[in-house]
Amino acid sequence: MSSEAPSTDTSKAAEGTHQPDTEVHLERVVVRKWRPAIALAALTVVAFVLTVGFGTDESTTFSFAKGSDFFSIPAVALGVRVIGIVSTLVMAAITGIAVWRTLARKRVWGWLYVVFGAFFAVDFLTWAGSGSQFSFTDLMISTVALSVPLIFGALGGVISERAGIVNIAIEAQLLSGAFSGALVASITGNTYVGLLAAMVAGMLVSFVLAAFAIKYLVEQVIVGVVLNVLVVGLTGFFYSSVLSSSPELNNPDRLPAIALPLLSKIPVIGPTLFNQTIIVYAMYVAVVVITWAMFNSTWGLRLRSLGEHPLAADTVGIKVGRWRFWNVSLAGAIAGLGGAYFTLDQTGQFTKEMTGGLGYIALAAVIFGKWHPLKATFAALLFGFARALQQTLSAAGSQVPSEVLLMLPYVITILAVTGFIGLSRAPAASGKPYAKQ
Amino acid sequence: MTLELKGITKRFGTFTANDRINLKIEAGEIHCLLGENGAGKSTMMNVLYGLYQAEEGEILIDGKPQRFQGPGDAMRAGIGMVHQHFMLIPVFTVAENVLLGHERELGGLKGARKAVVELSKRFGFDIDPDALVQDLPVGVQQRVEIIKALSLDARVLVFDEPTAVLTPQETDELMNVMRQLRDDGTAIVFITHKLREVREVADRITVIRLGKIVGSAEPTASSNELASLMVGRDVSLTVDKDDAKFTDKKLEVTVLTVLDRIGQKVVNDVSFEVRGGEVLCIAGVQGNGQTELTEAIIGLEKPASGSISLSGRRLTGKSVREVLDSGVGFVPEDRKVDGLVSEFSVSENIMLDRYKGAPFVKAGTIDFATRNEFAEQAKTDYDVRAQSIHSPAGSLSGGNQQKVVLARELGRKLELFVASQPTRGLDVGSIEFVHKQIIATRDTGIPVVVVSTELDEVIGLADRIAVMYRGGIVGIVPADTDREDLGLMMAGEMPEHLKAAAEEAAA
Repeated sequence: MSSEAPSTDTSKAAEGTHQPDTEVHLERVVVRKWRPAIALAALTVVAFVLTVGFGTDESTTFSFAKGSDFFSIPAVALGVRVIGIVSTLVMAAITGIAVWRTLARKRVWGWLYVVFGAFFAVDFLTWAGSGSQFSFTDLMISTVALSVPLIFGALGGVISERAGIVNIAIEAQLLSGAFSGALVASITGNTYVGLLAAMVAGMLVSFVLAAFAIKYLVEQVIVGVVLNVLVVGLTGFFYSSVLSSSPELNNPDRLPAIALPLLSKIPVIGPTLFNQTIIVYAMYVAVVVITWAMFNSTWGLRLRSLGEHPLAADTVGIKVGRWRFWNVSLAGAIAGLGGAYFTLDQTGQFTKEMTGGLGYIALAAVIFGKWHPLKATFAALLFGFARALQQTLSAAGSQVPSEVLLMLPYVITILAVTGFIGLSRAPAASGKPYAKQ
Repeated sequence: MTLELKGITKRFGTFTANDRINLKIEAGEIHCLLGENGAGKSTMMNVLYGLYQAEEGEILIDGKPQRFQGPGDAMRAGIGMVHQHFMLIPVFTVAENVLLGHERELGGLKGARKAVVELSKRFGFDIDPDALVQDLPVGVQQRVEIIKALSLDARVLVFDEPTAVLTPQETDELMNVMRQLRDDGTAIVFITHKLREVREVADRITVIRLGKIVGSAEPTASSNELASLMVGRDVSLTVDKDDAKFTDKKLEVTVLTVLDRIGQKVVNDVSFEVRGGEVLCIAGVQGNGQTELTEAIIGLEKPASGSISLSGRRLTGKSVREVLDSGVGFVPEDRKVDGLVSEFSVSENIMLDRYKGAPFVKAGTIDFATRNEFAEQAKTDYDVRAQSIHSPAGSLSGGNQQKVVLARELGRKLELFVASQPTRGLDVGSIEFVHKQIIATRDTGIPVVVVSTELDEVIGLADRIAVMYRGGIVGIVPADTDREDLGLMMAGEMPEHLKAAAEEAAA
C-alpha cells in the first residue's frame, strides 16, 4: 500500500465528525488513493512511447459494415501519428485531472476512466494495426464470442461464493460441460440434449465440491484445484482413448444462429449481439435474472446471508448445508452451460484441454466484478475484449510480435485487478466451512 | 403459556454441559439464569432454541412435548432469542435482517419494513428500517435483534448475556424494555453472570453451576449470597488494596493517533500519564480504540503521530521485541488467540517470549531443566490447575489459561504492565486471583494500565480512570467517580460537575 499515503491534515476530515447519534463514525483522515492515477500515468507513458518511438506515417482502416445492416457505416482511415498525438494529449489531460482530484482528496469520476480507456484502445488499435485494414464489427463479434464462457463461469462463481463456497472449480465445470455437451449431442443427435448434459456435468462437478466442502469441511480451494486437475485428466483420457478412435462420438451438430428480426440489422450492434445461438440468448437472460434476483428475491436474500453469516441464517431456520449444496450445484450447472458453448456453438468438436485456463480468468472476473453478477459480466467482457484484440491483431498481421500479443489478456487482467480495483470485499464467510455441534 | 425443560442432558464428547436440567418458565415473568462462564447456561438455551440436540430430556410447551430439529421449529413454537453474538448480517439493512428466513410470513420487504416501524414505535426505539446494520451502534443492533424476535410473535424471549456489550445507560434501557415485554405477557429468560442486573430485574432466579441447577434465589438476596451460590463457596467481590505509593517511573503517552487501514482515527489524539505504583484503568464500551491503544504501546500498531515513552525512554518506533526487552509486560485481550499457543504445553507457553538467551536458552538450545523448574515454580505460585506442566495450554480452563499468561508476563522484571481485559470470561475465583496479582504488581512500584469494559472491575482496580470513546479519551477521573457519570462518559459525554476533578486527576 505504499501508494496510499495517509495525511495528518484533518481540516477536511472534520466535516464527517458531527453526525446524528445513531451512527458510529470515527473521525477520519481522507486517505489519498494514488493507485488509479499512477495506472493512468503509466498507460499515458505507454501511449507516448508508442507514438514518439514507434509511430509510423501510415494509416489504419477500420470498417464497420456488414451485409445485413439497415444502412452501412463507411469505413474510416485513421492516421497513426495523428491519432497517437491526439490520444496521448487527451490521456495526459485526463491523468492530470485525476492527479488534481486525488490531491484535492476527491473521488475521480468513473466516466473519466471509460473515456481514457476508449482513447487508449483506439490509439493502441490504430498503432498496432498500422498499415492494415480490419473490421471493428468483427472485433466486437469475437469479443462476445470469447466472453460467453467467461460470463457463464463468472456467474457460477458469483453464485457459489455468495453462498459461501469458493468455486475454484469453474475450470473443471467448463471443461466437463464442453466434453459432455459434445459427447451427448453426438450420441443422441440432438444438440439440446447436449446442452442439458453439459449442465448436468457441471452440476456433477459441483456435487463433489459441495459434498467435500459442506459435508466433510475440506479446505475448499484444495478441493477446487484437485477437481480442475481431475477433470483435465478424465476428459483428456476419454478424448484420447475413446473420442479419437471413434470420431462419430465427437461430431455434434452445432447450434444454429438465430437472427432476431429487426434487432440483428442494426449496424455493429446487430451482428454482435442479436445474431447468436440460444446459448448466448440464455446468457442475456441469466445475467438479467440473476442480477435482479440476487438483490430482490427471497432466494437472493438467503443466498447472500449464507455467504456473510451462515450462523445467523441458521438461527432463523434456514438449512445452511442444504441451501449451500443446491446453490453450488446451480452454479455448476450455469458454468457447465458455458462449457457447452465451446463445443456446441464455437468449434463443433471437443479437443483436449480446450478451455485452456479460462475458468481461472472467470474467477478473476468474479473478484474484479466484486462478487456482483453484472459487474462480473462486464469484467468478463473486458477480458474477452483483450483476447479478441489479440486474435484480431495477429490475424491482421500486426507489427507487434504474436508472442507479446498472447500476453495481452493477462497483462490487462493484472493491470485491471491491481490498478483500478484494489481491495474488494469478498462475502465475509466465503471459503469458511460451517460446522455446528 | 408455560415452557418446561425436563431432565435435559447435553454432552459434548465426555463433557456433560447440561446435566438433567429441570426448568419452568412462565408468561409474564423475568426468569434469570445466573451462572459463571462455562456453567452451561448458553448450551441449555441453544438446546431450547433447537441449535443443539439434547441427548436426554424433553421440552414441553403448555404440557405438550416438542421436537425441535432446528431453530425454525423453535421459532414456530414461539421461542425467540437475542444472541450474545448478534445474529445479524452487517451488510444487510435492518428490514432485510428481520425479513431473512421469514419472507412469506412477513410479506416481503415491504411487510418487514412495516413490522420494524410498528415495533419500534411500540417500544420507543428509533430505528430506520433501511439503515445498514453495520452502521448502527451495538445498542441499536441489539434492539434490531429484539425486533427480529418480536416480529415473529415470540412468546418466550431468551436474552443471552445481553449486557456484555452495552454501556450502563443502555443496560438500564434494556431492562426497561424487558419489563415492558414482561408486562405485555411475554416470558423472559435472562442469562447473565452479573449480579447487579439480576437483582434489579429478576422475578425469579435460578442458579446453575457446572451444568447442574444448584438452586434458586429471591431477587432480594444480597450480591454475596448470589455469588457464593454461583461459585459454590464464599468469595470476596471487592478488591483489597492500599493507597497508591508513587515512584518516579512513568509511562507517558502524548497526542497519540493510530489510523486503521481506511484512514479512520481509531486512536485519536490520546494523551495520558501513568506514574509508577498506580493503576490507570481504561474504561469504555468495547471497540472504542482500547485494543489499538494497547497494541500501539506494545509496538504492534505503528502510530501515525504522537509518542509513547517509559521513564524517559521512547517506546514508539521500537520493534515489539525491543519494547518487551525494555521491561513491558502485556496481557492481550484474547488469550486464546494472542496470549497463548493452545497446542503448546504450559511450560512452552511460559517461556514463549523468552526464546533468546538466558535463562532458558543456552547456545541456541533450550535448557529443559531450567525451564521445567521455572514452570513448576510458576504452576505452584500462580495456582495453575493443570495435570502437569506438559499439558497443552488449550486443555486448561479459561482461568487457568489466564494464570499461565500472567505467570509468563509477570515472571520477569517489569518496568510497565499492560493488561487488556484481564478477567474476561473467567470464573469469580480466578478473577479474585488476577486482581490480587495486578495490585501486587502495582505495589512493586511500576505503572500499570488495565483496559476493561467491566465497570465493576474498573472501579475496583483503578487509582484513576480514563474513559475512551470513539478513539479519544473523554476524561481522566478519580477512582471514586459515580457509576452513572462513568456511564455518561462511556457514551461520550463529560458531565459538567466532573470537569474540575478530571483536571486534577489528569495532572
